[in-house]
Amino acid sequence: MKSALKAFPAKWLAVYAVAYMVFLYAPVILLPMFAFNDATVISFPLTGFTAKWFGVLWQTEALHGALRNSLVVGLSSAVLSTVLGACAARAANRYRFPLKRGIMSFILLPLVLPEIILAVALLVLLMQLGMPLSLVTVVLGHVLICTPFAIAILSSAFQGLDQSLEEASFDLGETRWGTFRRVILPLVMPGVVSSLLITFTISLDEFIIAFFLTGTEVTLPVYIWSQLRFPGKLPSVMALGTILLVLSVLLLILAEWFRRRSAKKQGIEASATGGFA
Amino acid sequence: MLTGERRQGLALISPTLLYSLLMLAAPLVMVLTFSFWSQNYLELDTTLTLDNYREAWSKPIYSTLIFRSLKISLIVTLVTVVLAFPIAYYLSFHVKQRKALWLFLITVPFWTSYLLRVFLWKVILGYNGVLNTALKGVGIIEEPLTFLLYNANAVVLTLAHAWAPFAILPIFVALEKIDRSLLEAAEDLGDGPVRRFFRITLPLAMPGVVASTLIVLIPTVGDFITPKLVGGTDGLMIANMIQIQFGKANNAPLGAALALSSMLIVASISAVIFLLGKRFGGKVQ
Repeated sequence: MKSALKAFPAKWLAVYAVAYMVFLYAPVILLPMFAFNDATVISFPLTGFTAKWFGVLWQTEALHGALRNSLVVGLSSAVLSTVLGACAARAANRYRFPLKRGIMSFILLPLVLPEIILAVALLVLLMQLGMPLSLVTVVLGHVLICTPFAIAILSSAFQGLDQSLEEASFDLGETRWGTFRRVILPLVMPGVVSSLLITFTISLDEFIIAFFLTGTEVTLPVYIWSQLRFPGKLPSVMALGTILLVLSVLLLILAEWFRRRSAKKQGIEASATGGFA
Repeated sequence: MLTGERRQGLALISPTLLYSLLMLAAPLVMVLTFSFWSQNYLELDTTLTLDNYREAWSKPIYSTLIFRSLKISLIVTLVTVVLAFPIAYYLSFHVKQRKALWLFLITVPFWTSYLLRVFLWKVILGYNGVLNTALKGVGIIEEPLTFLLYNANAVVLTLAHAWAPFAILPIFVALEKIDRSLLEAAEDLGDGPVRRFFRITLPLAMPGVVASTLIVLIPTVGDFITPKLVGGTDGLMIANMIQIQFGKANNAPLGAALALSSMLIVASISAVIFLLGKRFGGKVQ
């Protein structure tokens, strides 16, 4: 049985896997290296250790504004897309209704549309409506691309839900709302938290839609884009990138932890693939 | 007449559906309408015309850019999926424990700011970049290599890196679903490892391969950051032109026509790939 599964020599595959991981991590590892490097140019050899670029971040006012904007946009997008995602995921997993497949594919369409098309289309509509570009318009765009991810995550949470629990709750005299609040919500809560974290992270890093739909107030990636033109600013941008990376990884670990707890709560084994399966 | 369940389902999905109608369908219809209008600086002329499409399809600069975008995206897709398959295979068939950890490690680089990742490839591939410094240090080259950055190769490499997790995950999921007893059966019936791979593993993994092909192909056509940062003039793609039309050139209708034309072409290519995948995969022969 064991040898039957080995169409390729396992040793070479393992070597390849390690080489591939080096390729994946090459740019990521450079980020903290240059963030702590005591030189204004981004090149080797490294000259010495410093934390001064992080200090520069602390003093840059424009950056603080961008960070605030990104947090506002991220939080709003996360909450809205998770609510919309929960409605769709629950409807798709619990009910049968006409045109279900068509409706779901349509809602998931942003996953396979190039972001520039979404950005341009929204921009054209907003221009026609005479709506000024602001953080609100960025949120509108981000909710659109975050909702499919929320649906993917929440679907696996709702899928594992035992329908008999719900029936039991009705039999015991709970109303529909009471059942939702006291039975369903606690069971899918870890999935909800995981969805909030993932969608927040997506919005925090999204550039193309933000670039087209942002007004005078910029988000963090749009700010970074504007700084990439000035070589002198680069080391502090590296420091900023390092902070963002650490933050994203922490959020992801947290999201994964909640997702597994959700799976455990419902007594099913956490699949390694999460909502993608 | 709708039954209770059907009505409840529709009611529950209606907020999300409404949002998609307002923020996805309406904008797409609007951009379609826009592409039939014309613009003179600030004046928008709403008489319907095919001029934008005529310009988009006849001017050499646009067709060159569209053709180049397609070529680069197809190469990126091929490179990304071919590089991703062995990893997905390794994870599914050889990694026994810690699968989730491997998958997590594969997705981590993807959560670095996209802009910074692209920028860091510029640092790696540049004239005084990491790669040149390293190669010179080891003594393999005398002068820095100049063919690394500011061309289509750099765009392919950077995009292949950026889309790696999206290519690995669908293939991995497809491989995980393969019933392992089929492989044993094939072996018992005398298939060697290579034959078994091409007759059973690959056809059954085809839905995943097609999914990752489309997931990589479609968005890469629309990328304009990577071409701008690492592509030089030879690496510029159609999305850069679309961005210019909506920005500096201030000709949104032409930009809309270009965007829709490239979408139409990409959609037809995707349909062909999808049908080919259906034809050649999915069942054991």
